[in-house]
Amino acid sequence: MNILVCVKRVPATGGRIVLTPDGTDIDTRYLGFTVSPHEECAVEEAVRIVEGRGGSTTVLTLGPAAAEDQLRDAMAIGIERAILLETDGRDWDPVATARAIVEAIRAQESANGPFDLILFGNESADSGGFQVGIRVAAALGRPVVTGIKSLAPGEGSVVARREAAGGGWETFELPLPAVVSVKEGINLPRYPSVPGRLRARKKEIERSTPAWQSGGLDKVVLRLPATETTQAEVLGRGAEAAPAVVDLLTRIGVLGR
Amino acid sequence: MSGPVIALVTSAGGGPDRASLEALTVARQIAAATGSPVEAIVVAERSSAGGAAASLAGLGVARAIVVEDDRLTPDHPDGWAAAVAQVAETRATSAIVGPGTERGNDLLARVAARLDLPMAANCLTVEPGATWAISRQRWAGSLIEDCRLTARIKVLTIAPNTVAAGAPDGGAAPAVESVPVTLTDADLAVHVTGREAPERGKISLTDAKVVVGGGRGVGSGEGFAELEELASLLGGAVGGSRVVTSAGWRPHADQIGQTGLRIAPDVYIACGISGAIQHIVGCKAAKHIVAINTDAEAPIMGVADYAVIGDQIRRRSPVRA
Ligand SMILES: Cc1cc2nc3c(=O)[nH]c(=O)nc-3n(C[C@H](O)[C@H](O)[C@H](O)COP(=O)(O)OP(=O)(O)OC[C@H]3O[C@@H](n4cnc5c(N)ncnc54)[C@H](O)[C@@H]3O)c2cc1C
Repeated sequence: MNILVCVKRVPATGGRIVLTPDGTDIDTRYLGFTVSPHEECAVEEAVRIVEGRGGSTTVLTLGPAAAEDQLRDAMAIGIERAILLETDGRDWDPVATARAIVEAIRAQESANGPFDLILFGNESADSGGFQVGIRVAAALGRPVVTGIKSLAPGEGSVVARREAAGGGWETFELPLPAVVSVKEGINLPRYPSVPGRLRARKKEIERSTPAWQSGGLDKVVLRLPATETTQAEVLGRGAEAAPAVVDLLTRIGVLGR
Repeated sequence: MSGPVIALVTSAGGGPDRASLEALTVARQIAAATGSPVEAIVVAERSSAGGAAASLAGLGVARAIVVEDDRLTPDHPDGWAAAVAQVAETRATSAIVGPGTERGNDLLARVAARLDLPMAANCLTVEPGATWAISRQRWAGSLIEDCRLTARIKVLTIAPNTVAAGAPDGGAAPAVESVPVTLTDADLAVHVTGREAPERGKISLTDAKVVVGGGRGVGSGEGFAELEELASLLGGAVGGSRVVTSAGWRPHADQIGQTGLRIAPDVYIACGISGAIQHIVGCKAAKHIVAINTDAEAPIMGVADYAVIGDQIRRRSPVRA
């Protein structure tokens, strides 16, 4: 089974987001970078499926040259090949992103044969558009499901489960080739081994530079939501706080009901 | 002036779900600003469409559109996407507005992909104009993006819990209009083939009145025994940060945050959790937040109402001490 996983480089923001002075971006000078947990799980899922039944794994990202790091992270846990669609670092909206990915997939498939399964994270961590996987599937004429938390590929089809809107689970069965957007929880990703990291560092990355084109949704500026920061009332230190905690829980009605 | 604004309404337990009613409120604002009527498409079995339309009485919906195809059930995402796309195209629609839920985003992304239109997901405000000025959520709401949307038909989903759903004004139920659509076998190929009911008995994190959350500061999977004890004393449930689910101390189903659950209990007791933005978006709807942390400067203190400065591992549960 040949599997492609698509990931996106995003800043690993911690307790607070700081914006650049012109407000058009997150100030990333002191931040590391990562991919969404959903995408980490997509990478792990691809590696597991191919470990179990053979085939090939490829990771693809559209992003700046530095997104090479995220491709190598994926190769460190076992993805074989990597493709970088290199940008100048500006935001690509979901339509533009999907177009570039579709073009790359077409080129890959005509050279190396079809991908049976194309995996995405359910939504990107930063812009959260919830649509690139669906757009890619539509352009390729393949079935797609989102929000998937368990995946069982069979001969010529794949069974995918997700949490239903009102609780419980719902199952889909899709013919292959198919596109699936997965969510964190589908698996528990492994940590990369040291040899894995070393191997990944030496691997080739296929590069191309698609031309940017607006898809109709253009970022103007970013701002932080107006949240009231609280000044937490300190109930005490260590065990001495216990009576105050009991008092509080009683007062707000969760103790002694 | 312009064609109708279409409101996509998904349902839960027989009536429109709350996120759809919130989106409908925004659809009405857009319609008022553009001088156009609101028409609703209710994602429901055709047999229940009449009832669904009646449930929209007094909400400013001019017409409820019923799709004429008995094969179409809420379990056919592409079938609905095809139907919504066809209705939108034949009615010179200016905008399609739906709930920014998992299901709403999935469905409208399929519509947008079919019509080759951009889609703005999880919008907060929408101002129609030559180009539309939109603000929308990034980072699950930790950041807001002001953007411009240029498109023939504006496809929008509205971030849940950010707009108050308008109350019915006593007006009549919308007129029901039955609309024929053409659905191919391919449109109906993706569908739900099986269902499992939710597990019973356990207090779910999203329903619990009290949630005790544990983070890296809990120290180990065993460390959670104390949190379990506190939770059961308070009739609550235990959750955690991504650090504890990634470490395998707790299952991912217990994770609170951007890529886990959004909870809204009366009290959230965060033990050994630093308060990363991705965690906070999952718990900020709690009425009261109590933080227990060795670090008085941890970011969680900026959202907590009450704090205990201290060691989670060596503490006994406060109610027992
Ligand atoms: C795209 C993305 C999505 C994410 N989604 C989520 C998500 O859904 N949920 C989530 O939680 N995280 C998520 N994260 C991860 C998030 O950024 C943080 O890494 C994580 O929340 C930190 O967990 P923590 O607070 O347990 O650990 P830390 O940040 O390591 O904090 C541990 C805290 O414990 C305190 N402490 C240490 N020892 C003790 C002790 N003995 N007693 C009391 N306190 C002690 C420390 O002072 C510190 O404040 C996501 C990250 C990204 C990039």
